[in-house]
Amino acid sequence: MLGTGLLQGLAVTARNLVGSFHDPKRFVTTQYPEERTKLPEAYRNFPFLVSESGDDPMGTLRCVACQICEKECPPQCIYIEKSKDKKPDANGKMQVYPAVFDIDTAVCMSCQICVEVCPFDAIKMDQVFEIAATDRFKGLMLDRNALAKPNDYYHRIHPTDAAEVDERLVSARKAAAAKAAPKPAAPAQTPAAPSAQAPKPAA
Amino acid sequence: MSLLATTDSSLLERAPLLLRDGLTGFLPGPARWAANGLIKIVALLAVFGLLFAFLTLVERKVLGRVQNRPGPNRTGWFGLLQPFADGIKMLTKEDIVPHAADPVLHFLAPVAVIAFSFLTFAVIPYGRLLLPVDMDASILFFFAASSATELSIFMAGWSSHNKYALFAAMRALAQLISYELPLLLSVVPVVLAAGALSTAGVVAAQSGWKWGFLPHWHVFTPWGAAAFAIFMVSSLAESNRSPFDLPEAESELIAGHLTEYSGFKYALFFMAEYFGMCALSGMAVTLFLGGWHAPLPQLEFVPSYVWFSVKLLALLSGFIWVRATMPRLRIDQLTRLAWKFLVPLAIINLGTAAFWSLSLPWAGPLQLLRWAVSLALVIVPFLLLGRRLSAGLGARVYRYA
Repeated sequence: MLGTGLLQGLAVTARNLVGSFHDPKRFVTTQYPEERTKLPEAYRNFPFLVSESGDDPMGTLRCVACQICEKECPPQCIYIEKSKDKKPDANGKMQVYPAVFDIDTAVCMSCQICVEVCPFDAIKMDQVFEIAATDRFKGLMLDRNALAKPNDYYHRIHPTDAAEVDERLVSARKAAAAKAAPKPAAPAQTPAAPSAQAPKPAA
Repeated sequence: MSLLATTDSSLLERAPLLLRDGLTGFLPGPARWAANGLIKIVALLAVFGLLFAFLTLVERKVLGRVQNRPGPNRTGWFGLLQPFADGIKMLTKEDIVPHAADPVLHFLAPVAVIAFSFLTFAVIPYGRLLLPVDMDASILFFFAASSATELSIFMAGWSSHNKYALFAAMRALAQLISYELPLLLSVVPVVLAAGALSTAGVVAAQSGWKWGFLPHWHVFTPWGAAAFAIFMVSSLAESNRSPFDLPEAESELIAGHLTEYSGFKYALFFMAEYFGMCALSGMAVTLFLGGWHAPLPQLEFVPSYVWFSVKLLALLSGFIWVRATMPRLRIDQLTRLAWKFLVPLAIINLGTAAFWSLSLPWAGPLQLLRWAVSLALVIVPFLLLGRRLSAGLGARVYRYA
């Protein structure tokens, strides 16, 4: 009969109207600035640099300024300058470090390729989305001080990935130590040591 | 302002008049008359202005709840200040007049639309003693004034010099003229039954109760229920409300006749739409729902204007409910519904009302026959015409997609 469909539709909207007052399953809105939903672990937006300790982020950056990410980055939003001197890295090996490491988040397209290609697990994807800036050039250009975040933070936002990375790094360090003990001259002969230290399964 | 100035009305009933007399009582005769008229206008503007403001808020809240979200809740307590924030925003916006537009008509259109829609409030009886202007042919006046808003909408579309605005204005004219007919045809039976063309007369005809509890409202008769339904559907179309909001179908026409309007002129059109909705709802209350009469004799101690407001708000929330539910019609579906369904039904309903009036003296078992024939006259055409309207219209099959 003509009109029954209209009545059915009206019943649906009435149920929604009443249900939104007493059924939390229907009423799913989060009052954003006051309430926050937990972001899913796989959520990502812009990269950050992992440092081993939060107290001395610049001294314990995992990054060795190999510039692979800079070369791979499709929109070319990464700019790296290598340091002239060397500093001991997380494994105690002398390495160059990034004197300048800039990421232009206005250009970054969150593709995660820098993370995929990094042999040192030094760059990971962050979850900070409230990055609105009043200056679209300087405000969105993040330097290495702004990018560096401790490993604890990485564990907090991506627990599964971080545990896996830590496990890999520990086993690599053990292997390196075992290798270094019987043959002290070995590391000097192999220039490609860093990638051998942290073998990464092809992602 | 008083039509049935009865001495037995309670203090609450007379409160608005006492307030008015307290304000203007000291003035001499003619000045007092003018001041009283002014007070009526100011009171109507204030009441319906505020009603408009909070109706937009209620509408947004209800639409939100229907879509399972809270609606505006940031401005003030529960978003109660939202209408004022919107008003301030509208006032501070730049008023843009397109270079090619006709500046005089472009300016006049919102003024005319608000003026005509406001005129219609003059003849609605809001309470036993509250009828701003008592005319012999106030129903005629009401529909004359409310159909003049069509002119203003076309004025807006034409003067904007914009293809979308003009398309929308054409559509608005087609729609409003189509629905004017069932709207008026559904009012004719009321005039026929009440024997009066004045709103006060129609309300007076609906006083009293049958068996002490069934009010003599027109909606409780077969022809009255049908006419009420036709009236409400047509008034949805007349006030450009969803599902008949074709003149501002944003997916096709940007904002329709409002495309070239900004700032407070836009707000005036918006206000006129809500005023039209309120006026038509008020008219529906007057014509079919017993006006300001209480539903039960025991409830008569509540002032009549409260009953009128309750009925008005119920109808307005019905408008909002329909808007939250129905998708918009296409222009051909819209006109087909008017000409092939509502107009024939309204004409048949005229016959039903005539039969109902003629069979008034029937008593005893003939009463049953009277009800049966009237109900059949309402339901059978509805079923037959409904079947014809949707004949051959199944789910659409996309052959080449």
